Amino acid sequence: MKRDWIYQAALLAAAGLVFWFFVSNTAQNLETRKIASGFGFLWREAGFEIGETGAIAFSAADSYLRALGIGLWNTFRVAAIGVVFATLLGALVGLSRLSPNWLLAKLAAAYVEVIRNVPLLVQLFFWYAVIAENLPDPGEALQPLAGVFLSNRGIAFPTPWSTPVLSGFNFTGGAVLSPEFAALLVGLVTYTAAFIGEIVRAGVLSVGRGQVDAAYSIGLTRRSALRFVVLPLALRLIVPPLTSQYLNLAKNSSLAVAIGYPDLVSIANTTMNQTGQAIEGVAIIMAVFLTISLSISAFMNWYNQRVALKGVRQ
Amino acid sequence: MNAIAGWLRANLFSSWPSALATLVIAWLAWRLVPPFVDWAFVEAVWRSPNSDACREAQGACWAFIGEKHRFMLFGTYPFEQHWRPALATLILVGLWGFSALRRSWHWWLGLVWTVGLALIAMLMWGGVFGLRYVENERWGGLILTLILASFGMAFAFPLSILLALGRRSRLPVLRAACVAYIELIRGVPLISVLFMASVMLPLFLPSGLTIDKLLRAQLALVLFAAAYLAEVVRGGLQAIPHHQYEAAEALGLSFAQRTLHVILPQALRLSIAPLVNTFIGLFKDTSLVLIIGLFDLLSTIKVSLQDPAWSRFGIEAYLFACLVYFAFCYAMSAYSRHLEHGGPGRRMRQS
Amino acid sequence: MKTLFAVAAALTVVVGNAHAQSTLDAVVKKGYVQCGVNGGAVAGFSAPDSQGVWKGLDVDLCRAVAAAVFGDANKVRYTGLTAQQRFTALQSGEVDILSRNTTWTITRDTSLGLNFVGVNFYDGQGFMVPANFRAKGAKPAAKADAKGAARTGITSAKQLNGATVCVQPGTTTELNLSDYFRANGMTFKPVVIETLPEVLNAYFSGRCDVFTTDVSGLVSSRASRAPKPEEHIILPEVISKEPLGPAVRHGDDRWFDIVKWSLFATIEAEEMGLSSKNIDQQAGSKDPAVQRFVGATGDIGKMLGLDNKWAFNIIKQVGNYGESYDTHLKPLGFTRGLNNLWTKGGLMYAPPIR
Repeated sequence: MKRDWIYQAALLAAAGLVFWFFVSNTAQNLETRKIASGFGFLWREAGFEIGETGAIAFSAADSYLRALGIGLWNTFRVAAIGVVFATLLGALVGLSRLSPNWLLAKLAAAYVEVIRNVPLLVQLFFWYAVIAENLPDPGEALQPLAGVFLSNRGIAFPTPWSTPVLSGFNFTGGAVLSPEFAALLVGLVTYTAAFIGEIVRAGVLSVGRGQVDAAYSIGLTRRSALRFVVLPLALRLIVPPLTSQYLNLAKNSSLAVAIGYPDLVSIANTTMNQTGQAIEGVAIIMAVFLTISLSISAFMNWYNQRVALKGVRQ
Repeated sequence: MNAIAGWLRANLFSSWPSALATLVIAWLAWRLVPPFVDWAFVEAVWRSPNSDACREAQGACWAFIGEKHRFMLFGTYPFEQHWRPALATLILVGLWGFSALRRSWHWWLGLVWTVGLALIAMLMWGGVFGLRYVENERWGGLILTLILASFGMAFAFPLSILLALGRRSRLPVLRAACVAYIELIRGVPLISVLFMASVMLPLFLPSGLTIDKLLRAQLALVLFAAAYLAEVVRGGLQAIPHHQYEAAEALGLSFAQRTLHVILPQALRLSIAPLVNTFIGLFKDTSLVLIIGLFDLLSTIKVSLQDPAWSRFGIEAYLFACLVYFAFCYAMSAYSRHLEHGGPGRRMRQS
Repeated sequence: MKTLFAVAAALTVVVGNAHAQSTLDAVVKKGYVQCGVNGGAVAGFSAPDSQGVWKGLDVDLCRAVAAAVFGDANKVRYTGLTAQQRFTALQSGEVDILSRNTTWTITRDTSLGLNFVGVNFYDGQGFMVPANFRAKGAKPAAKADAKGAARTGITSAKQLNGATVCVQPGTTTELNLSDYFRANGMTFKPVVIETLPEVLNAYFSGRCDVFTTDVSGLVSSRASRAPKPEEHIILPEVISKEPLGPAVRHGDDRWFDIVKWSLFATIEAEEMGLSSKNIDQQAGSKDPAVQRFVGATGDIGKMLGLDNKWAFNIIKQVGNYGESYDTHLKPLGFTRGLNNLWTKGGLMYAPPIR
């Protein structure tokens, strides 16, 4: 046992030594490059504009901190909406694969195969090209519904307090979903849905035939059998892998930087470029995503315990 | 005739919702497939020495791929030496194929990989046997994607075993360190790890000491993949029944012997299918090195688009990228499925 | 533990060695110049061709230095760098020269520890808009406008209030843009996209009303990317000065001199009428200036610590500045403009080589 402690002490010492080596080098390098470390830069004027601020006011005269806050809000928006739609589409795909309709099942299977086997980055480039190139200019905006304008500037739609009006170059008033947001959302949703579809399918398949038959034999309808037997049983299997898919979606939203959606990573990237504060920038990105990851895990753990079969544990 | 009608009724029109779904799909196919075929084949331009013919045409410009395919596949590698990355690609694919065979799952597989990777390094770098030396700044295209993925896996794998064993260790400091590492890496996006390797790592090193860009990216991918693989290996370790541990201990085997001869061989066999899936993920993730300016396959395809004469054919370029990535990933996922359905993994579990 | 100390000690030794050498000694020892170019590839400045060979104006500068140092323009290795990596790469010694269309500013020249050797391309930021712009006036317009009644062309950047502007991030471009709009009391909506093909796609598909980058970039993308080049106009306002030039590390004057005079030699040669085609004949000329330039008399090469035929080799193998410009930039639709020789109304002016 004593030997164990010596090993561990050596491990700690080695880690400490490497850490010290890095820190002293970094301090020296920063000194010679005249980069002041620390987070003081956050309060300086950012000097750049952000295309999509999600209803929060921002101008170039605001601070880096506010810019990063808007980036975080944008990441959060796309991830939250993405999780909802990916779950819906994923459930649809998973159930379609189990459908008695041959065409539907094969189509869903092909969808899963194609989407899962192509890098998300390629898909994002593709969706962005499709969305940006196939919609008309604001002057010729499509109006699928009264007051809703669909153009290559995005979808402008009315809110209770204002309606979109074309003025000057663009629509003002109302709320707008930009093409970048749409491309990122579509990319993330379709990509994640393919994985969720497989999870749902595996979950449903795992419910034994016997259990379903038992449900019918005690007189449950198909609907109630699904509601009270299949779903609760399948959910227990579905929830843990689903959690990691939600995490993946949140992390993958960082690819926004490639198509110009101003998420946290994209704004941190610009900030690093302008200030040279690479360490602080990467640290902020990592801290934020760690927080998001841990929060989602905690929430899903709580939910997982709720859906766990009651009465079995005790 | 009846048989066909019967099949149709059973599989496409068994109920009202089913019939509706069939009709909707048929309508969509009728609306989408013919225009696509027109664009991709009928109206497409296959040959065009410069881009003029493509600018006139209504269809796809595959001549673009014809013009740029060497650059897309091999990047800035010296043109007359392209046979070397081509051969290296074949060797790598051969190594993968060989590793997929159950017959080759023995300890000497590690040896085969060591020799294979050494051979690839020799081919790519050269400098021996009369091969011209080619610095790794010039490597690019498909082979770079394959190298990043294969070397990434090859180095991440042993590291992940250590991490997985560390996570199950009874030494609290070691366990805490491994858990912290795994959860930290798994909690952040790959892009931030790549940023770290690309802009932060040079700050960590003493001035004058540099690690080149490729190595930095490779290091980031190894560290990233190791955390994910460690969880896969841990899954395998957990699936080993406890009596196996006890039996090994009862035989008086030391920790190293227990691990190497009893536990790991079983655990690894159990985790082959998820290992392949993790590898597919890593293969796709290598496309992210584009963001830190490395010439992987996706990056060379995008750089090809910078040529003013050809820069309007983005859709063709991205479809080509999709096709190449799909070919590799689909082969691997088909294999992983094959393993899951009655593969050797199952057999082990029953024994 | 012991091994760890050994590793640390070994690292220290490596560091010590790296510091003792001057850049020129290190370059000569390794046998090539390591040159940082634009990894995103900018046509005309640095981009690999279909065979994977780097070509462009910035690449020619690297080749000129290699020709001066080794007498062989091919002894260059290229590192493609992103906007964030470029300064770190030079500072840490990963590259010997940064030749990556970088704007010369006082901040970069002083606090980032770089030394700009000169300017190989004078540029300025401008705006491009579609010629038949559906401008509906800067004021909030009536709904009738939305139906496309009044359509006038835009002729000045001052009319761009409320426009959506496509811009690439992480450069001075983004900052100049918001400075300009703020100074003129206008607002805009940026669409910030990292890579050039994507940002151009966005503009030409109508995602933005305006595309802004250096005028040179506007010209070349209009020539190469616009479905109909005549449908896009570049507005007269040039809102910034962008002198692009190569840079080296602070504190190594010898290397600084070599790179600086390699650039000047290409400009001086154009002024003297020396080109890759005629330099062999001209080497026999009786003109003392030419004699000095090709190294037949004097010892200018020695003063730089190079072979006396350094300038001859540059011109013979790479060509003069005008030749580089004509090879790489003219086909893209660039005119010489500010980049013409001072004798022809431009700003290219090399101090005398004597």
